[in-house]
Amino acid sequence: MLVVDQFNVYYGEKHALNNISITFSSKTVTALIGPSGCGKSTLLRSLNRMNDYIPMFRADGSIRLGKTEIYDSKTDVVSLRKRMGMVFQQPIPFPLSIYDNIAYGPRIHGIKQKKQLDAIVEKTLHQAHLWDEVKDRLHASALGLSGGQQQRLVIARVLAVEPEILLLDEPASALDPISTEHIEQLILSLKENYTIIVVTHNMQQAKRISDQTAFFLHGEIVEAKETDILFQSPNDQRTERYLSGQFG
Amino acid sequence: MKERGNTSLAEKLQTPARRIFWTEWRGRSITYVSVWIVILILLSLLWFITSKGLQPFLNGEITLSQFFSTNWSPQDNKFGSLYIMLGSFMVTIGATLISAPLGISAAIFMTEIAPKWGKKVLQPATEILVGIPSVVYGFIGLTLLVPFIGKLIGGIGFGLLSGILVLSIMILPTIISISVDAIEAVPQKYREGSYALGATRWQTIWKIVLKTALPGLMTAVVLGMARAFGEALAVQMVIGNVPNAPFHFFISIHTLTSMITQNMGNTVPGETFNQILWSMALVLLLMTLVFILVIRLITRRRDVS
Repeated sequence: MLVVDQFNVYYGEKHALNNISITFSSKTVTALIGPSGCGKSTLLRSLNRMNDYIPMFRADGSIRLGKTEIYDSKTDVVSLRKRMGMVFQQPIPFPLSIYDNIAYGPRIHGIKQKKQLDAIVEKTLHQAHLWDEVKDRLHASALGLSGGQQQRLVIARVLAVEPEILLLDEPASALDPISTEHIEQLILSLKENYTIIVVTHNMQQAKRISDQTAFFLHGEIVEAKETDILFQSPNDQRTERYLSGQFG
Repeated sequence: MKERGNTSLAEKLQTPARRIFWTEWRGRSITYVSVWIVILILLSLLWFITSKGLQPFLNGEITLSQFFSTNWSPQDNKFGSLYIMLGSFMVTIGATLISAPLGISAAIFMTEIAPKWGKKVLQPATEILVGIPSVVYGFIGLTLLVPFIGKLIGGIGFGLLSGILVLSIMILPTIISISVDAIEAVPQKYREGSYALGATRWQTIWKIVLKTALPGLMTAVVLGMARAFGEALAVQMVIGNVPNAPFHFFISIHTLTSMITQNMGNTVPGETFNQILWSMALVLLLMTLVFILVIRLITRRRDVS
């Protein structure tokens, strides 16, 4: 379980996230929706401390993963990131072979035996629904894959370090409809084993794949509840207007 | 009336103006003429050096096997230049062995470890180092390095080691600045992707950044080598200028460039010695071509992958 409690983010003077509180339960999919610049990606990148590299970044409040306080100075960022796999909007495989892309994570965490790596590569490619398409060219460059395949490869690469939580930042927005469908099916099948948090611009997508949806506006969560309920009867007028396409 | 006015404006906008035609023509002519001048200069240089360099062989004054032998004594008309060529290779390889690891490490520091300081202080400093004329490097080497080595080892201080050290300092900024460009060209997203998997900074640098930048880094090293191979003045000032076998750090040797600079004024055009200098120039030219080919091959491999 991942609990965000009265969490604030500042970029210099700019108050980017304002008093965010939300709970992500195990083995559920949460969709973060809202217009551009509303803070949903900022929250996602705060969860695994990828914002640490942004100059002027400052955070207060609490995020707890199990018993770990994420913004505690004693927290080991490296092992934290291993527990929270992140996939970005642009599919960005490393300029290595398909095999080496997936083996990269396990290797940096100390797995050297070829047999073990082979097993991880095959297992995660199956998990990412990519095995059948690439099994004959595992040692070809990953840059030769299509966009949709690359994104599934990146997901397989993340799964290879056995995270508990998957953070997906608009994972399908750069892809065509068929690849998008692949990714959505993949997310649904991964839900059985992982807690998934996905940022999306596509409200239909949020409806299709998520259990819980949080609507962000100007750095605040306007409303967060079960997806069906949020889409059918939003409490807040702003949510209703956004969902019906009146702004955003 | 109003309608007619509108039509004429539209017509005006459609008709290609004479003025535009002339500007286009002028721009194209300038670039065409310039490029032909450059090509002409290049071809005539190539032709001149090649024909001059081949002359002693065509005239039968020396055979290829004599040229590539170790028997050098101009007073007996023996011009075996093998040790001189090897001298060029030895200083180049030695300087590269020192500068490549130093330069690439410095480039990593400037881009990955301390980018702010690197950008503001170190990069301008390297650019200044690139701009220092080679004769100044040679002068410093002659004034400081040669006496120091002489005192340290007990000799005159001229020789292979002095040449290597001066050259390694000279090519260091070249290697650094091109390596910096290569490392900066690695997309930030690769680094993020690596960090997101729980990689440390050093793992990311070593396994992702350097691996991706490798063709660029190799280009940097080859360009440094080309600069070292072709450098004349600084080398000539510290290398000792005696055509010994270049396999010892502390004895005077010769390189192709130092031989040419030292003797071009002391030989008479037309005599064999002078012609042999042109043959050496041809060897230098061919080596430059090899370096360029190597760089081409390296960068082409990057395009394919």
